[in-house]
Amino acid sequence: MKPRQKRLVYIVVALAAVGVAVALVLNALKDNVSLYFTPTQVYNREAPIDRSFRIGGLVEAGSMKREGDGLTVHFVITDLKKSLPVVYKGILPDLFKEGKGVVAQGKMEADGVMHASEVLAKHDENYMPPEAADALKKAKSVQ
Amino acid sequence: MIPELGHFSLIIALFLAMSLGVLSILGAQRNSRTLMGVARPLAYGMFVFVALAFGVLAHAFLSNDFSVLYVAQHSNSQLPGQYRFAAIWGGHEGSLLLWALLLSVWAASVATFSRHLPEEMVARVLGVMGLIEAGFLLFMLLTSNPFTRLLPAAADGADLNPLLQDPGLVIHPPMLYMGYVGFSVAYAFAISALLGGKLDATWARWSRPWTTVAWVFMTIGIALGSGWAYYELGWGGWWFWDPVENASFMPWLLGTALIHSLAVTEKRGAFKSWTVLLAIGAFSLSLLGTFLVRSGVLTSVHSFASDPKRGIFILGFLVLVVGASLLLFAWRAPKVGLGGKFDMLSRESLLLSNNVLLSVASASVFVGTLYPLFMDALGYGKLSVGAPYFQAVFVPLMVPMVFMMGLGPLARWKKMAAPDLVSRVKWGFAGALAVALLLPLAMGKFLSLESNKWSPLIALGLLMSFWIIASVVISFRQRMAGEGDLAQKLRRQSLSYYGMQFAHLGIAVFIIGVTMVKGYETERDVRMNVGDTLAAGGYEFRFNGVSQVPGPNYVSGMGSVTVSRNGRLVTELHPEKRVYNVSGMPLTEASIQPGLFRDLYVSLGEPIPESDGAWAVRIYIKPFVDWIWAGCLMMALGGVLAISDRRYRIHNKAVIRAGNDAAVGNLQGQTS
Repeated sequence: MKPRQKRLVYIVVALAAVGVAVALVLNALKDNVSLYFTPTQVYNREAPIDRSFRIGGLVEAGSMKREGDGLTVHFVITDLKKSLPVVYKGILPDLFKEGKGVVAQGKMEADGVMHASEVLAKHDENYMPPEAADALKKAKSVQ
Repeated sequence: MIPELGHFSLIIALFLAMSLGVLSILGAQRNSRTLMGVARPLAYGMFVFVALAFGVLAHAFLSNDFSVLYVAQHSNSQLPGQYRFAAIWGGHEGSLLLWALLLSVWAASVATFSRHLPEEMVARVLGVMGLIEAGFLLFMLLTSNPFTRLLPAAADGADLNPLLQDPGLVIHPPMLYMGYVGFSVAYAFAISALLGGKLDATWARWSRPWTTVAWVFMTIGIALGSGWAYYELGWGGWWFWDPVENASFMPWLLGTALIHSLAVTEKRGAFKSWTVLLAIGAFSLSLLGTFLVRSGVLTSVHSFASDPKRGIFILGFLVLVVGASLLLFAWRAPKVGLGGKFDMLSRESLLLSNNVLLSVASASVFVGTLYPLFMDALGYGKLSVGAPYFQAVFVPLMVPMVFMMGLGPLARWKKMAAPDLVSRVKWGFAGALAVALLLPLAMGKFLSLESNKWSPLIALGLLMSFWIIASVVISFRQRMAGEGDLAQKLRRQSLSYYGMQFAHLGIAVFIIGVTMVKGYETERDVRMNVGDTLAAGGYEFRFNGVSQVPGPNYVSGMGSVTVSRNGRLVTELHPEKRVYNVSGMPLTEASIQPGLFRDLYVSLGEPIPESDGAWAVRIYIKPFVDWIWAGCLMMALGGVLAISDRRYRIHNKAVIRAGNDAAVGNLQGQTS
């Protein structure tokens, strides 16, 4: 092969590789980005129906109930304006507490309850998940 | 009075660092012996004063001086001694001081172990490191002074985050930082080469051992962090694609590309511009990692209370470093030249392809990590990118990489005939393929699972690791072929050859670990009453209840779970749920019985209210999980072997005088 042809081959191969990588990234992003909503936004039906999203806020005091199996937990996430019931089956994080900040990821089902696949609490006592803080701030500003 | 001494030392260190940066680079540009001569003393001085400041902070922690704000925030008189020391880097200000200390350690080491380098090279390298150190010291003094006083002094401290009160944390951050900061040496070498306009094989040879050392530290640091997450976070995962993990993984990927690219530059004189770009990239990503972790823009265990001023400073510093380096690169790189030519199929082309794949992988992690930040900054709302994204992008990129990784060491430099390469590897590949396809069929019995599980991903994972193992065996057989004494032939191979193959085997071991855990782990979250038993993976777990046990600075609810197999007691595990006295923060402490082929992992969830001592319990069986960290350790050891190679210890000036082409020529003989 002549040097010019060789260079052409390199360029074509490199472009193809970059193309494949970009396609991979875009495809994976499309399926795996979960948007975040506040309880008020969910109440206003801004959240998607059939795909997973995140919600942040406080765990409403007195809302936590456990089913007999000991693992299924019901609680309510609130931004102090509107609230949303959540059900989760599994072990909750250490710092999950009523009245404290929480972020849940899951899907809304027909029963109007969010079925969470993941529940995240903050990492230490003084730290609120930014999503939860944001929800409270937004709810407050819409007096 | 003593804390003020620390503050004062930092100010002196800042002046020394600035003088080092300005004087020695100026000296090298003007070829002034006098100015270049100050580089080493200034580097040592910088080290002494930063170390003094660090010692002062350590003293404040160990003597419980709660009149220092930072100590009051991160320590407590009840805290055991070793954690009081580790608490130095338990927060933002102290971890920056650790950063600065390690950078000055690297600078002092360069000053010491560079007697055989030309004077202007040393001056430039130390000068660049001085400028970086000046940036970090300025940052500390302006926004995050660890010696700020608290008046009146606190009666006692607020305590260290219990998650961080763990032996893993005592060593994880220093190791990782040694890696992060170590890439500054590779960066400084690259910038000096650009400044001097002389980028040749000798430059690559000097910067190679430093880069490898940094890479070794980083590998160990990341492995420690992953191991810590596995046993400390209590849910048995070892990698979460958490933004902060990604922040350390991106420079690691680019650093891995860099050490391979440096090898080509040293031995063949090729890829010069690419190597320089990788060195700039690896260090920039290290800085970006610091920015992501320390600015508080991310939610994670690692992000400390944020202060926007700090984030803006680091961002500005990052833009300055990256911008200035790339400008310099654009200006000087055309002078550097492209270096040796090679064919489309050759060891160079395989290494180049893998370099590109590693860089693309690093870029894809970058996109996934920063995408939410950009979207948020642009006002598109908050969102998150989950772990499935990273898996979906990462695995397809790594499969061809691993395949070529097997071929690379078997291919010749410069030119390789395809049929020749195929005939070398075909039996090895066929063997790996056959074993990978059949082995999962025997796995069910071996791991006492209910059924044999065969999935394409498991077979693919096994194929990749057996392929690497096969290629290492083929390479050894080639080198041992022919007449002569075997022991002598073994001795004749260079340490760097052994290092490379050992590190590659480490990847194989790592992939086995990942494949087996992903494919065959058993995870059960169950409610257990006292006396309940659960059968999983051929073991029987019996829950004996939880009792209160006091610890040094916490109260532990200590569970007891007896594990038996076929009626015989295997072990008794004691998972804990601790509540720390000062912060009142609960913490899950998993109990693990490690093994070569499986870990038994039990952790406590929460007590079930209105029951008779029942708890939610996690019971996991993790086959081959320890192979993940064993693999990382092997990679790190491979790196250590590689830098122990004799040729890095040749201190005669002949090598330097011989210059570019001769060095390439000499080495060709050694390595083909």
